[in-house]
Amino acid sequence: MAMDLSIATLLTQDGITNGAIYALLALALVLVFAVTRVIFVPAGEFVTYGTLTLAALQLGKPPGTVGLLSGLALVAGILELCSALRQREWRRLPKRLAFYVGAPLLIAGAVQLMAPLSLAFPVQIALTVGIVTALGPLLYRVAYQPLAEASVLVLLIVSVAVHFAMLGLGLWFFGAEGSRTPAFTNASLRLGDMTISGQSALVVFFSLVLIGVLYLFFDRTLYGKALRATALNRVGARLVGVSPTLAGSTTFTLAALLGAVSGVLIGPITTIYYDSGFLISLKGFVGAIIGGLASYPAAAAGSLLVGLLESFSSFWASAFKEVIVFTLIIPVLLWRSLTAHHHEEEE
Amino acid sequence: MGYETTPMNALLEVQDLHVAYGNVEALHGVSLRVNEGSIVTVIGPNGAGKTTLLAAIMGLLPVRGEISYAGASVARSSVEQRVATGLCLVPERRELFAAMSVADNLLLGAFQRYRAGDKSIARTRDEIYQRFPRLGERRTQLAGTLSGGERQMLALGRALMGKPRLLMLDEPSLGLAPLIVKEIFSIIATLKASGVSILLIEQNARAALKVSDSGYVLETGEVAIAGASAELGENPRVAATYLGQSVVAGPKGSPGLVRQ
Ligand SMILES: Nc1ncnc2c1ncn2[C@@H]1O[C@H](COP(=O)(O)OP(=O)(O)OP(=O)(O)O)[C@@H](O)[C@H]1O
Ligand SMILES: [Mg+2]
Repeated sequence: MAMDLSIATLLTQDGITNGAIYALLALALVLVFAVTRVIFVPAGEFVTYGTLTLAALQLGKPPGTVGLLSGLALVAGILELCSALRQREWRRLPKRLAFYVGAPLLIAGAVQLMAPLSLAFPVQIALTVGIVTALGPLLYRVAYQPLAEASVLVLLIVSVAVHFAMLGLGLWFFGAEGSRTPAFTNASLRLGDMTISGQSALVVFFSLVLIGVLYLFFDRTLYGKALRATALNRVGARLVGVSPTLAGSTTFTLAALLGAVSGVLIGPITTIYYDSGFLISLKGFVGAIIGGLASYPAAAAGSLLVGLLESFSSFWASAFKEVIVFTLIIPVLLWRSLTAHHHEEEE
Repeated sequence: MGYETTPMNALLEVQDLHVAYGNVEALHGVSLRVNEGSIVTVIGPNGAGKTTLLAAIMGLLPVRGEISYAGASVARSSVEQRVATGLCLVPERRELFAAMSVADNLLLGAFQRYRAGDKSIARTRDEIYQRFPRLGERRTQLAGTLSGGERQMLALGRALMGKPRLLMLDEPSLGLAPLIVKEIFSIIATLKASGVSILLIEQNARAALKVSDSGYVLETGEVAIAGASAELGENPRVAATYLGQSVVAGPKGSPGLVRQ
């Protein structure tokens, strides 16, 4: 089949749509790595949990994420109790229990009760984003916070373990069959020969809005600045009173939010299985690596590039689409590793 | 311990502090005390453990021994909790946020106060711009592009944004032009006048002893000499080693010499 303008437009559109989702994941990965030095391997599971939670709500079933959230909340509560016991410091316990146990159980309960009602689509989306986002800080508390001072390698190993655990739980909760969620809109816009689908436009729009909101958070608010400060200089941040725990927990909340939104956005585009997340997040990861895991605009551009590469290679050689994407990345990585200047903590 | 006869409230009391890096112990049982409203200087050769001492008091290093601050043990509190109670450190490496503006660096200095709902942060910032007009002129410049002296000012300004009750300064005059060094010491004196207690580490021993009330000489991880600043200044060994004076060694047990 020869490529003509309308096909090229279609492929470009697909590429940009997927690229926008990868850009969200790249943001999550860059953010988590910069602030906590954790390579966020389970990012993809947040995406699949997002899609599959929404799909379950569509069927009026309480999603499996309710159980996971409650379980994690209980474990986090026990950890908080133990650390309060060990440090003999009770003053902060009520606030922490409210945050790690009370709030998540409230969200889980709400979703459990509301699931069977025939909810409006936007409400289902809100519940999905809420419950998946709430997993973020709990995951940090349970899996990463106890090892906050460990080396990048140890943290990576933990991440891989968390990835497999969440993968297994995903299979248990949602089953092996895939799900697809309905399109947000079937409208489309014709511009001469080109058709722009409303669905793609909405995906790009929501991605841009989320990125914009996060930009404002990091640029304008003191908490956003505190996270950037932690990423720039951990000791300096501690000396002004930004605790690594606060920074880590906030970062994981944001990363989970980005994953959940990606899951909601990607649901109508592809069928998502419990194990689809890894490949999706890997593409976000490649985008993030192109940006050196540090610069976000570069990571977003890299993600867009990955999206376009993927969409055009699926046209020419769809069987080799993944191979082509990941192979073409090698020269970029080589170039990056040769030109990378290491950001040493400066005197 | 002659100088401790004046009955004053201890703001910081360190007792028998041991700090180790791995298997190597850097501080071997250091005891030190900072009275409320006073300036205490610690001098000593390179590698004596001065920076280690401040990091340990701040909670950045695991320690053995007792540290009490404002009447309570801080052994179990985190760095952030100590910052919240007005214990602020200007570290030797400054640890500024290089890719952020001067204004943001200062603002972050007040992070704990902001969390606690303090409404007077903008006032403190204006005072700091008044005290260091240079920082005010450069408020949008990135901290990483400041000159060495400007960075020192920013580090000090950032610590002051935390409204310290005990300010710990690790060589605040390091690498500064003589005029600015004078400026720094006059700021230290004004801070004391406004009620801030200061624990000062300085290579510039003469100027440091002049502004401070008492002093300690730290050598190879131990307090070698302690005393009131005036006494320390007259101590022949201190004079010879740290003040660069060639004095004829007096008889053993010269007045003012306090060995621990
Ligand atoms: N992170 C570290 N790991 C291992 N040893 C360390 C570490 N930091 C400091 N030391 C050692 O501990 C000792 C005390 O160092 P410290 O930095 O406290 O000295 P200092 O008195 O501040 O010296 P200077 O005047 O040069 O700043 C030195 O022997 C130093 O080599
Ligand atoms: Mg030092």
